[in-house]
Amino acid sequence: MHPILKLIAQRLALGLLLLLAASVLIFAGTSILPGDVAQSILGQSATPEALANLRRELGLNDPAVTRYFSWLGGVLQGDLGTALTNGRDIAESLGGRLKNTLFLAFWAAAISVPLAIFLGLLAVRYKDRWPDKLISAVTLTTISIPEFMIGYVLIYWVAIKWRMFPSVAIINDSMTLGAKLNAIAIPVMVLTLVVLAHMMRMTRAAILNVMQSAYIETAELKGLGMLKIIRKHAFPNAIAPIVNVVMLNLAYLVVGVVVVEVVFAYPGMGQYLVDHVSKRDVPVVQACGLIFAAVYIGLNLIADIVSILANPRLRHPK
Amino acid sequence: MDDQLKYMTGQVAKGTMTRREFVGRAAALGVTAAVANSMLAGNAQAAAHEAPVRGGSLKIGSSGGESTNTLDPALTASEVPLDNLRHLYETLVEVDPSGSVEPRMAESYEASADAKTWAFKIRKGIQFHNGKDMTPEDVLKTMQRHSNEDSQSGALGIMRGISGMKVDGDNFIVELEVGNADLPYLMADYHLMIQPDGGMDNPGAGIGTGPYTLEVDEPGVRHGFRRNENYWDADNRGFTDYNEVLVLNDATARTAALQSGQVNMINRVDPKVAALLDRAPNLSVKSVSGRGHYVFIAHIDTAPFDNNDLRMALKYAINREEMVDKILRGYGSIGNDMPINASYPLFDASIPQREHSIEKAKEFYAKSGHDGSPIILRVADGAFPGAVDAASLFLESAKAAGIPLEIKREPNDGYWSEVWNKQPFCASYWGGRPVQDQMYSTAYLSTADWNDTRWKRPEFDAMLLEARAELDEAKRKAIYSQMGSMLRDEGGLILPMFNDFVDGVANNVGGWIEDPNAELMNNKAPIKCWVKDA
Repeated sequence: MHPILKLIAQRLALGLLLLLAASVLIFAGTSILPGDVAQSILGQSATPEALANLRRELGLNDPAVTRYFSWLGGVLQGDLGTALTNGRDIAESLGGRLKNTLFLAFWAAAISVPLAIFLGLLAVRYKDRWPDKLISAVTLTTISIPEFMIGYVLIYWVAIKWRMFPSVAIINDSMTLGAKLNAIAIPVMVLTLVVLAHMMRMTRAAILNVMQSAYIETAELKGLGMLKIIRKHAFPNAIAPIVNVVMLNLAYLVVGVVVVEVVFAYPGMGQYLVDHVSKRDVPVVQACGLIFAAVYIGLNLIADIVSILANPRLRHPK
Repeated sequence: MDDQLKYMTGQVAKGTMTRREFVGRAAALGVTAAVANSMLAGNAQAAAHEAPVRGGSLKIGSSGGESTNTLDPALTASEVPLDNLRHLYETLVEVDPSGSVEPRMAESYEASADAKTWAFKIRKGIQFHNGKDMTPEDVLKTMQRHSNEDSQSGALGIMRGISGMKVDGDNFIVELEVGNADLPYLMADYHLMIQPDGGMDNPGAGIGTGPYTLEVDEPGVRHGFRRNENYWDADNRGFTDYNEVLVLNDATARTAALQSGQVNMINRVDPKVAALLDRAPNLSVKSVSGRGHYVFIAHIDTAPFDNNDLRMALKYAINREEMVDKILRGYGSIGNDMPINASYPLFDASIPQREHSIEKAKEFYAKSGHDGSPIILRVADGAFPGAVDAASLFLESAKAAGIPLEIKREPNDGYWSEVWNKQPFCASYWGGRPVQDQMYSTAYLSTADWNDTRWKRPEFDAMLLEARAELDEAKRKAIYSQMGSMLRDEGGLILPMFNDFVDGVANNVGGWIEDPNAELMNNKAPIKCWVKDA
């Protein structure tokens, strides 16, 4: 077997084990939270009889271990179960939300990743001159402001004052792609501003590091232009750390944007998860947790593989 | 007197009498200004408005929606599901904006002389969205679903006094263990939506008799409704072709959506920004005083709150005006340590208002002989909007009176299950009920599940039952007055303020009337309003 294939298989197996551990942790976590799903559904207006009836119907009287394994059994057969709170099929409602989350993450990434790398290269080209300082100052400012604040500021100017894009980003399947993009314009701007700095700074640092190398000096002595040196010689050698930080930010765009979802009422997974955590709807929390964990593990896996492929020493081990 | 008032409200509606004149003349008849105003709210406003416009669509931005919501009326507890219920279903009777009972699925009702047996005559010719006729049997099944052994309904508590239900021809008959003059108000509870076969098979299907049918149901995101072509009361409700309820839980997102014209109305405008928002040119902020109240509740059977002098010290120490100013920004009114205000029928306005007094607080505190150990008040942001700030204000004014109050912050998550009704002293919120009997039965009867102040007085219970079966209004009012005073002077309820319902409405919305029952015109704004430029 090719060593890379073997490596991937190993990582995948490890990832699955991690997922299982994550599901145990999530289940245990939701179990020790105060209150249960019946109490949360009925809220302040719960009478003791109604609570007892609901608990019995939802099977909350079974021991936690029994509930965990019956859930796990379902998942292994591809059945995520139904939500305790509203009896809906989890796979179905989660599917729509996941699609929306990926849609938003995709467009935010499509704009922010090339932009961050380009700005990083630009900053290296003009190191310690005003473009470098300006880029760093602006991106560091936007990463330092809480994302909801950026959201509110953009809503005020872009949605209320200029009426360019809507402030409510609710999308649905019957909308055209154009209408959807129009709806998510402001959230995409916010997310871009939030993730830009991290990736830009890493690009800049990684390339500057490579620029100290002897072969860059050689290239310079050959008389190559600065941008060409960066593009052809520095960037390929700096790709591993950049890919790593890009993947981390992609993972954030998928699993960490609940605040942005709330501000723009975007129907993504974050809000869906939070609602079900507060209602102690364990099967849904489990399913969301599993997907989030899978995204994280999967993206890290990709980052690892890319850095191996980018490094000839790892690609052709002795 | 009633006829005269009715005549006068008619005059205001026609425009031959001004609002101020009306309030003045009503006062001469012994009606307080607040009551007079609420009479106008129900009567004159609707008539004074221009004719409804049909067509178009309304978008409602509402807080209180989650992806866990269902369309089952029995499990409804927050705002978005309530908006949905009002589109899809209807109850036997409703409480109208003036506080009286409006027949809906029942065309009329009558009680036996002892108020123990009630007959609701069910309206004919009404169809459910699935084309089936609505019958008295459907009504019976609905009520059974909310009261049987397996019920999970939020209305279970109010169904308890019912000893028997049956169908008699066109009538739905309710028999009670003890007479209750207010039974129609209980039947107006929003959980008791009439569903085909009582919703026994699929309670969350959204099939009802309401003015709109379900088109889109994405819990926690949006709910879309198409006008019901077969609606029986199309003259008064269901003017738009399509309505959409958007779940906007974030207060800033809600106001931004209204300002940028993406929605036509929103609920729960933050009092902090209400005055600013009202200045925007294309919308207005509507507030109406209601029965909801923000409270601090003490268990009177637990030390140190079992000492009435200490309770009185706390009641005198709280600065009510300051709270209405700073917490509600003026969108509310001060409370009097009883859960009843002028929005209730049979309210006795002659009960003196308790004033803030540091001297009296000191005096009662000294008299209580409290050992000086910290008095712990538990509070979370979720108890009511501004609860933590209100507790801090309370802390400061109590400190001035030498009372060692101490605040313990609790997480929002689990507050209603772990703190409220469990811990001896905490912040809480009550939405109020349409009539005094229901409010007292819900939280101040010895056997009430939600007796969150542990107020257990046999004489109070006896008065409540006596008033319930009493059909003479003057006598009822006298009993309620006595009960209110008793709670005010001895209860564990510290009630600094009643909050207004504050909504934001775009200028192109027609048909808005004040309804003190709940926000967004008792959640009926989407079905009663229209779009002017449709």
